[in-house]
Amino acid sequence: MATATKFIGKPLKRKEDPRLIQGIAHYVDDLVLAGMLHAGFVRSPHAHAVVKSIDSTKAQSAPGVVGVFTAEDFRGQIGIVPCAAQLPDLKGAPRPVLATGRVRFVGEAVAVVVASDRYALRDAMDLVEVDYEPLTPVVDPEKAISKNAPVLHEPSADNVSFRWELEGGDVKRAFKQADKVIRQRILNQRLVPMAMEPRGVLAEYKRGEKTLTVWSSTQIPHLLKTQLAAMLGTPEHSVRVITPEVGGGFGSKLNVYPEEAIVAHLAMRLGHPVKWMESRRENFVCTIHGRDQIADVEAAVSKDGTLLGTKWRIIADLGAYYQLLTPLVPTLTGLMLAGSYKVPAIKIEIIGALTNKMATDAYRGAGRPEATYYVERLMDLIAAELKMDPAEIRRKNFPLPKEFPYTTPTGVAYDSANYQRSLDIALKKSGYAKLRKEQAALRKQGRYLGIGVSTYVEICAMGPSSAMPAGGWESATVRVEPTGKVTILTGASPHGQGQETSFAQMGAEVLGLTPDDVNVVHGDTGAVPYGIGTFGSRGTAVGGTAAYMSLVKLRDKLAKIVGHLTGEDPKNFVFGGGSISSKSSANKSISLGEAIGAAYTAKTLPQGMEPGLEATTFFEPTNFTFPFGAHVCVVEIDAETGGVRLLKYVAVDDCGNVLNPLLVEGQVHGGIVQSVGQAMFEEAVYDEHGQLITGELMDYAIPRADAMPWMETHRTVTPSPVNPLGVKGVGEAGTIGATPAIINAVVDALAPFGVRHVDMPVKRERIWKLMRRKAAPKRAPRAAAKAKPKKKSKSAARRRTSRRAR
Amino acid sequence: MSVEIQVRVNGQPRQSTVEPRTLLVHYLRDVLGLTGTHVGCETSLCGACTVLLDGRAVKSCTMLAVQADGANITTIEGVSGLNGSNGGLHPVQEGFWEKHGLQCGFCTPGMICASVELLSKNPNPSEAEIRHALHGNLCRCTGYQKIVESVRYAAGKMKARKR
Ligand code: FES
Ligand code: FES
Repeated sequence: MATATKFIGKPLKRKEDPRLIQGIAHYVDDLVLAGMLHAGFVRSPHAHAVVKSIDSTKAQSAPGVVGVFTAEDFRGQIGIVPCAAQLPDLKGAPRPVLATGRVRFVGEAVAVVVASDRYALRDAMDLVEVDYEPLTPVVDPEKAISKNAPVLHEPSADNVSFRWELEGGDVKRAFKQADKVIRQRILNQRLVPMAMEPRGVLAEYKRGEKTLTVWSSTQIPHLLKTQLAAMLGTPEHSVRVITPEVGGGFGSKLNVYPEEAIVAHLAMRLGHPVKWMESRRENFVCTIHGRDQIADVEAAVSKDGTLLGTKWRIIADLGAYYQLLTPLVPTLTGLMLAGSYKVPAIKIEIIGALTNKMATDAYRGAGRPEATYYVERLMDLIAAELKMDPAEIRRKNFPLPKEFPYTTPTGVAYDSANYQRSLDIALKKSGYAKLRKEQAALRKQGRYLGIGVSTYVEICAMGPSSAMPAGGWESATVRVEPTGKVTILTGASPHGQGQETSFAQMGAEVLGLTPDDVNVVHGDTGAVPYGIGTFGSRGTAVGGTAAYMSLVKLRDKLAKIVGHLTGEDPKNFVFGGGSISSKSSANKSISLGEAIGAAYTAKTLPQGMEPGLEATTFFEPTNFTFPFGAHVCVVEIDAETGGVRLLKYVAVDDCGNVLNPLLVEGQVHGGIVQSVGQAMFEEAVYDEHGQLITGELMDYAIPRADAMPWMETHRTVTPSPVNPLGVKGVGEAGTIGATPAIINAVVDALAPFGVRHVDMPVKRERIWKLMRRKAAPKRAPRAAAKAKPKKKSKSAARRRTSRRAR
Repeated sequence: MSVEIQVRVNGQPRQSTVEPRTLLVHYLRDVLGLTGTHVGCETSLCGACTVLLDGRAVKSCTMLAVQADGANITTIEGVSGLNGSNGGLHPVQEGFWEKHGLQCGFCTPGMICASVELLSKNPNPSEAEIRHALHGNLCRCTGYQKIVESVRYAAGKMKARKR
């Protein structure tokens, strides 16, 4: 990439914004077609039950109702919900689009009602009578995989979906050599992705043209098209998927859902366009969840803090059925369990458990936030045990910059990094040394400041095709139109990331135009080449590279044309200001328009050159990329209430080269705040009956505007060698780096109370109880984690009584 | 049963017959075709449906259309017609564009309406006041910081224009 750039790397404001800030953009629900009908799903209130009968007579005859359909009506006509994950010995857990005879989670659809308008639909849905015979649900994943648990998918003997094992290095020896072995159980709770726009689908079938058009709020229009064709038995060339504006995804729309297939089928069957919009309640119960793992770790360390080896046993709660990538996500956790450290030996066992809940799948970070959280908690546990500073123990175990590419014992090759540098900057920018002094002083006053550090590495830019079920490449076609305007057609499917702008910056840079001359088209399978989609921080690193390579192809072609016309060496041209100029002589320069004209009129082209100006690239990356960084978080805990207040947040991220720093900052901010959600507020709680009791925004708290202090974000730049742009990807960094920084800060604040670990989310009640397990010490030494738990002091007991009395 | 209502929406008088149970947000979207106002929860918890009703930010999913009878409503489509817009974008819209106050844009119309109300009452809000005023509007993309910057930008712009 050129060093002096005009547009690449500049904080240009977004091209997509004018339509969004004026309310004239179109999301699925904003589309209205003539004769459009509305579909609504009748869903199981039981986590596990036999569906004995469904009586839809009353609903059928309700005003405005066009039809009521159950699994019986779709038999042989719609295939099962696809899962792309391939793992050895993966147990089958097939999900029909509507429950056939048995429901396995609250929210599983048993019938679909179609009516002429939304209000009529709502009325009619209440008239569908379903007779259930409840079965015992399996809610706890550990119980689910133990003997005698009710089995979800007979004829299987148990609820174990898979066992995935990975070992590298000599683990036995590591533990034999260890001065200390540190053990901890660490939970990673279930989360709801909660894109602000729920899912939605609109489908229209044109009988004459035999074309099915499906507008869906999805991250993967192309894969959806292929899967729909397969599920519906419709030729793929007659299916077109369009993603209008998509109001956030975070992985929750990186999927193929039953509703998409059913709505498409109904549009064909009824001869009317059909729309379904998910309610927020449905979004809670039947859009994929994220995380939900239990990890038991043992670490072997020497007394100077050197990591010798780690052993992991992780149980992943997969829910009742597989969505597109459900069983795959926990294996990503496995791949990243070395973190940003040199661990000579690692042994991992991951067990997927089937339970009566909604499926988990790829939620922002998908397996990596879990890994990073465990590893970063572990580093702090070790530091506390050895009375070392958390920053020090990290520094001690980093691979050095000269050791890259660095391969972990689990076989993952990190592309490039300088972990020391990002940590140093984060410590400096946050005033770490001063903070430690302040912390000590405040503790004497009975105030509890906590400082948390996390240094993360993530696996991104998904990825080489060898590691991706549906391929890991991305496509782009670039067309220089005869008038000199440029169209970039990308196979990626941005939904808020801003690639209409950053790709236009690239186009302008390469062809010497302005970003306004470049239009980026995405999310329409009828218009753009087949692609994979936007997820796994791949939009720019893989999709952007494909666009860049196509742009370069066209630049080279134009240079060849001009060279042919002027007799100049094609290498000697610069593009800019609407012309293609020779570096050596002015009369060998011509306007861009003239060169484009030559390509299209095709009368003066070099021998053998094809006319036109269109280039397509399918870019296949050779590896993933590995963005990294260091985050520092400062919290204060209110000793009276247990409330955690975030005081300061400093993030240093390295996502390689950057196309638009404004967009990168936006991604980092959003990611960090989603992390705050997991660390402090969010938790999808199923009760023992399998009811999602945090199934509304009233009970499931996502961060609000006042959740955060002013975030300070910095960047280091270590270009990735994996793609010519040198970009690594940034969509998930914040979500990966921040959770452990926050929890490490909370645990650090609680050190005087003998707390060495606390599970998320750190709600007041949980913290308050921990603080009362043991009286507040008068003066607390820093590494108080070692202090023996004392009996309750009188004053603490008194405080308790008086509280109760109030 | 249907009821007749008269409202002014984005400066235009409108007369409609609605079912009494019709939510204001559905009236705006489905009857008037103003789809810039979004539905994120229908339970008054996300703020995506925020519009200005006689200058006050309200969640239009929590109101019936009949309750808005006689009111003056501004939706995102009409924000640029409000005072201070100089014919182009409203300063709050400019702020969101300049400061990257949106990503997917789904929460944005509601955020903008809530911010317009804030600045009409408090032309020079502090960071804490902005965060407090937007407390009822959820955004899952931006992390809110750039939204705060957007509102500050708008405040500065509006002050400069008054001078
Ligand atoms: S849709 Fe009205 S507050 Fe969410
Ligand atoms: S910009 Fe996506 S929810 Fe706010």
